[in-house]
Amino acid sequence: LSVPPELPKEDGRPKWDNKFQYILSCVGFAVGLGNVWRFPYLCQIHGGGAFLIPYFIALVFEGIPLLHLELALGQCLRKGSIGAWNTISPYLGGVGAGSWMVSVLVSLYYNTVLTWVMWYFINSFQEPLPWSVCPLNENRTGLNEECYESTAVNYFWYRKTLNITPDVTESGTLQWWLILCLATCWAIVYLCTIRGIETTGKAIYVTAIFPYLVLTIFLIQGLTLPGATEGLAYLFTPNLNTLKNPRVWLDAATQIFFSLSLAFGGLIALSSYNPPKNNCEKDAVTVAIVNSVTSLYASIPVFSILGFKATTAYWDCLDRNIIHIINEFDLPEESIMRQNYTAWFSFLNSSYPEKIARLKLKSCDLQEFLDQSVSGTGLAFIVFTQAIILMPGSQAWAILFFIMLFSLGLSSMFGIVEGVFTPLLELRVISKSIPKELLSGIICLISFLVALCFTLGSGSYWIDIFDSYAGSLPLLVIAFFEVTGVAYVYKIKRFSKDVKWMTGRKPNLYWQITWRFVSPLLLLIVFVAFVTLQIQKPPSYTAWNPKYEGFPMKEEKVYPPWVLAICVLLAVLPCVFVPLVALFHLIKRMCRSKDPSFVLPEVFSCQRANS
Amino acid sequence: MLQVLLLTLPVVAIAHAELCKPDAQNAFKVRLSIKTALGDNAYAWDANEEYLFKAVVAFAMRRYSNKSTTQISNVLLCNVTDRVSFWFVVTDSSKNVTTVPGSEVEAAIRMNRNRINSAFLLSEKTLQFLKITSTLSPPVEPSTPVWLIVFGVVLCLIVAGIVFLIVTGIQQHKKKNKESTEREKLEEKGEVTVTVENGIPCETLDLKAGHINGVFAADDERFTSL
Repeated sequence: LSVPPELPKEDGRPKWDNKFQYILSCVGFAVGLGNVWRFPYLCQIHGGGAFLIPYFIALVFEGIPLLHLELALGQCLRKGSIGAWNTISPYLGGVGAGSWMVSVLVSLYYNTVLTWVMWYFINSFQEPLPWSVCPLNENRTGLNEECYESTAVNYFWYRKTLNITPDVTESGTLQWWLILCLATCWAIVYLCTIRGIETTGKAIYVTAIFPYLVLTIFLIQGLTLPGATEGLAYLFTPNLNTLKNPRVWLDAATQIFFSLSLAFGGLIALSSYNPPKNNCEKDAVTVAIVNSVTSLYASIPVFSILGFKATTAYWDCLDRNIIHIINEFDLPEESIMRQNYTAWFSFLNSSYPEKIARLKLKSCDLQEFLDQSVSGTGLAFIVFTQAIILMPGSQAWAILFFIMLFSLGLSSMFGIVEGVFTPLLELRVISKSIPKELLSGIICLISFLVALCFTLGSGSYWIDIFDSYAGSLPLLVIAFFEVTGVAYVYKIKRFSKDVKWMTGRKPNLYWQITWRFVSPLLLLIVFVAFVTLQIQKPPSYTAWNPKYEGFPMKEEKVYPPWVLAICVLLAVLPCVFVPLVALFHLIKRMCRSKDPSFVLPEVFSCQRANS
Repeated sequence: MLQVLLLTLPVVAIAHAELCKPDAQNAFKVRLSIKTALGDNAYAWDANEEYLFKAVVAFAMRRYSNKSTTQISNVLLCNVTDRVSFWFVVTDSSKNVTTVPGSEVEAAIRMNRNRINSAFLLSEKTLQFLKITSTLSPPVEPSTPVWLIVFGVVLCLIVAGIVFLIVTGIQQHKKKNKESTEREKLEEKGEVTVTVENGIPCETLDLKAGHINGVFAADDERFTSL
């Protein structure tokens, strides 16, 4: 690692080594775990290829304008989220504080997901893979009961990894293996962000490009597996009827929004290190398109492999039935094959219905296996790990898969940590005396200690809570205030002038309309729909309880009131900064009402600030 | 003599039929899945294979009870199907027309299961004795779990990287401090010469860039240092 002793800086601000590093950082931040385990799931449940229509509409009218706004803001103001919004207008300072708060909350639980990925990664070096066999029970007479009733993969995830408690109120104990992995993950984050973008800029070359390599390898492997074509056909067959359901449009809008990692303040931080005269318009369009294309590209291997898994399960089901029939009727082996199973079955059922009924055969339906759709951690740690066991050379595939997930998550972590780190560097007066290494070390250490809560037995329930409440609603609110703040407080005319100074071209009609009307309106609609859907049913969760009658099905439980209070707190805390800071400045202004020049700050413009 | 033999044979046959039939007492059902195990190398199940089976079971009984009384003729097979499944029973040669208790047969088979399986090139799953369960072998566990080793390697690499970066950071910091103190010293000197000699601009005394005018060469001995 050759770090230049002093980067050339006119105003004391570090710079990207080259443009490619900057674009790669933005792409790495946007492309994350959601592209692999959320987008394909949404495609599948919302009518396959038909989902692309609302997805691209949302991209064009919501994703790209907001992305351009944030990148232009950071580049013009050359400050992190808190400083940037304070400069735009002190009344909007709360928006910056809110984004900073969200970044802090998300960084806590996001790294714990990476901890799970790391745990699976270091377990992938074993032969056989630990999630492929059930362990024996205590007196060695049979398999472990919990594992036997569910599957080995489920057992490894819920028991050996999470050691999950049956209820969110039962905290359980700290899992020491997860603590070790968590420490490692935070050490890796510290290593890569130790000097801010000087070090992340180098690390991003690996973490942003490597996932594409692995996806390509999985694509080639996935397409050669039997059943891949069924999976892909299932994924992409368009069912235009689903577009009538407003839920589909809401999911498309939220997916684009969260996928591009807007309103975290990370994009503002990343673009603040740019030279002021940089074409942020082209950058925004590039990053958004690369993100969407990556989602599509990732869904192909994912669904080939899911199709393979469904086909294998279907064949296993058939084979089990065939063995039962052969054993019962003492027919020679290989007399019934998968192809003539249905013919044989109908013949035997008509001739010996009681014998067939006694066998209690399961009906095997390929469509049913394909319909078992999962998203999120379930896809990666349960469904995919099961598919990997079936592939030859499973260790190599497992190692590749988990390194890919780790890189995807790590490059997103860089953006989130930059969103936390950059405002702190600017905010503190003593930042000159504290070296960057120490500040980033303190941030990582504090985050590690707080994230220890997620290594408890109930940790994964808490992560679901954080993901649903801290990582969703506040972002919508903050983005809405971002767009309306720039459009109506800072005024679009001034902003267009700034963008023209930076890119050399005045933003055309598309940008004017989307910034002024379309995006704020869309955000408002999405926010209202989101809240309405959340309120409609009491928040519940599914718990893994071995003592439940319906085990291995998960038990539906409702959150107790104190947990609900925490959910509300998580959702409200970042949002509350916006009105609070505005109110604070309003009161300050009213106290100094004799001084008229305190109404608005001096007219700020990019040109004046940077020349 | 021959007539006696001719008369006893059908009696024996009937007796055997009584002893060996499906669900008879002390009888066991065996199921072979030869094609599943061997694929293209599968052999056909015929009378020779049945003879081998009888021989192996007799061997198992002998080994278990340690007395050489069980003969091949003591093992009776019946109801052979195309599946390749059949029932067998072991008769007691000492007592007339009785079968060896099922528990003994079970114990004998269990003790010699490996030998029986390998005689037929089959495994536990493909040569099934339907009422005889097998003891499960514990999975092989290495002394140190593999994941700890991998974890140790990863952690060592990361710690090495962090230490390297911190050390280089501290070195840079020291170099920066040294440079800034040197520059301060030079600036101080420049100020002293200006106050002593009016008119010599400080900028030309910048040793990094700029030229030193030979006419006004700073002759250190001319200026008294404070």
